[in-house]
Amino acid sequence: MTTAEIASAGPGFHDLPRLMALMTGDEKHGPAATSTLDALWVLYDRVLRVTPATAQDQDRDRFLLSKGHGPMAYYAVLAAKGFLDPEVLTSFGGYDSPLGHHPDRLLVPGAEIGSGSLGHGLPLAVGTALGLRAQGLADPAVWVLIGDAEFDEGSNHEAVAFAGAAGLDRLHVVAIDNSSATHGWRGGIAARFAAEGWSTATVDGRDHGALHRAFTAPHPGRPHAVVARVEPKYS
Amino acid sequence: MDTMRERFAAVTTDLLDHDPRLSVVLADIGADGFRTAADRHPDRVVNVGIREQLLIGAAGGLALTGMRPIAHTFASFLIERPWEQIKLDLVHQGVGAVLVSAAGSYDWPAGGRTHMSPGDVALLDTLPGWTVHVPGHPDEAETLLRHAAADGDSLVYLRLSAHANGAARPVVPGRFLTVRRGRRGVVLAVGPMLDAVLEATEGLDVTVLYAATVRPFDAAALRAAAVDRADVVLVEPYLAGTSEAEAHRALADRPHRVLALGVPREEHRHYGTIPEHLAAYGLDAAALRTGIAGFLG
Repeated sequence: MTTAEIASAGPGFHDLPRLMALMTGDEKHGPAATSTLDALWVLYDRVLRVTPATAQDQDRDRFLLSKGHGPMAYYAVLAAKGFLDPEVLTSFGGYDSPLGHHPDRLLVPGAEIGSGSLGHGLPLAVGTALGLRAQGLADPAVWVLIGDAEFDEGSNHEAVAFAGAAGLDRLHVVAIDNSSATHGWRGGIAARFAAEGWSTATVDGRDHGALHRAFTAPHPGRPHAVVARVEPKYS
Repeated sequence: MDTMRERFAAVTTDLLDHDPRLSVVLADIGADGFRTAADRHPDRVVNVGIREQLLIGAAGGLALTGMRPIAHTFASFLIERPWEQIKLDLVHQGVGAVLVSAAGSYDWPAGGRTHMSPGDVALLDTLPGWTVHVPGHPDEAETLLRHAAADGDSLVYLRLSAHANGAARPVVPGRFLTVRRGRRGVVLAVGPMLDAVLEATEGLDVTVLYAATVRPFDAAALRAAAVDRADVVLVEPYLAGTSEAEAHRALADRPHRVLALGVPREEHRHYGTIPEHLAAYGLDAAALRTGIAGFLG
């Protein structure tokens, strides 16, 4: 991080465990306990062109959390980046809280979709990319985060095949692979995307530099999938 | 005369030329009718292939960017197959769309059960906020389609059918029309059931209401029509009883009776033609007359 970045930065990656502890009550709730934390942080900190001030702008980048279960890392990152008041994190799961165990876009500032049921984010992201293209908005990037077991859902395969054929090059997937799919994906998830014409990269999902390089790799004319491998779910 | 589906393609092609918010999402079925539109507006006419979950998910994503998506395929594949997408990718996300179906309950009897969806309107009744149009004529389909396309970000289901009435009625979206007045009860004919209902009630002293929009249900019109006698017969081209609860709600503060006619729940494992199926369901004019006269006396 440069001196200028440090000077302008709000909370950093090291603040996320503290923010997550507001929801879980577990002071030792470290990054290793959540598979999505590093990818979410690198996206929001260094890649996505969206801030609380631009969250309603039509030319903002969109991030769609499809893997809606276990959203504490997501809420913590949104709080660190100013979309959410950190105070609200303590209400997690409460009756009047905006923060459920699955996020609701109509309740969570900055959330592009409500999610929880698996296999909805990527089709919604395809439509979002189509809608931006139809409005002549060539700059905004559309990102969607899925899990490797979520990739089992047939709806994702409908979206992967179509997006590849249609060349939706503003569409990006980050697939968090913690080897939780019951039958696994022989040859890795990236091979499925590649077979449908996507640009792909598979990286260490805890390595911020590798994530950033993969997230920002050029992919002209093709959608882009980054498989972020992390510790197996039950290791 | 053209069919409702042909009119849908022609009118939507025209609408796309004039409203940059509109987009059309297809899943192969009906795509031929949109070739001209796709040539003119390649980014706003999208055929996702035979992928109905993506059809609705993509419509939801389009709506999230501020577009007004129109999604079209057969009712079985538009409503039943991607049902959770309708619930989550449209309603739960808080966005709107226009879903336009074809084939409905019995349009292609030779095609069998796989292409019959008599439960579509009942399914939508489990979700909040839907406007449901059931036109009985291509002219009405055009009126309702133009209204739906311009109806903000609302959730609209437009149910097109090969079964049509001989003449169009001057439908107003959301309103029931009074077609005939009488004192011994009310018959509500929905969409393509009107011709058979008029034939069945010829000479009977009953009021005939016509609904090309069934949701929201025009309770005020039913209450006004039932002022002499609160006995109501519903004749619907989908599952019998779909609007029964709406009729009871409309008349909840007075003694009333409701007879609900429509497509039965039981599968009819027969092929054949639309008239044969309507007769088998008790929805042709002769069977309707027996049912209506017996109930209203």
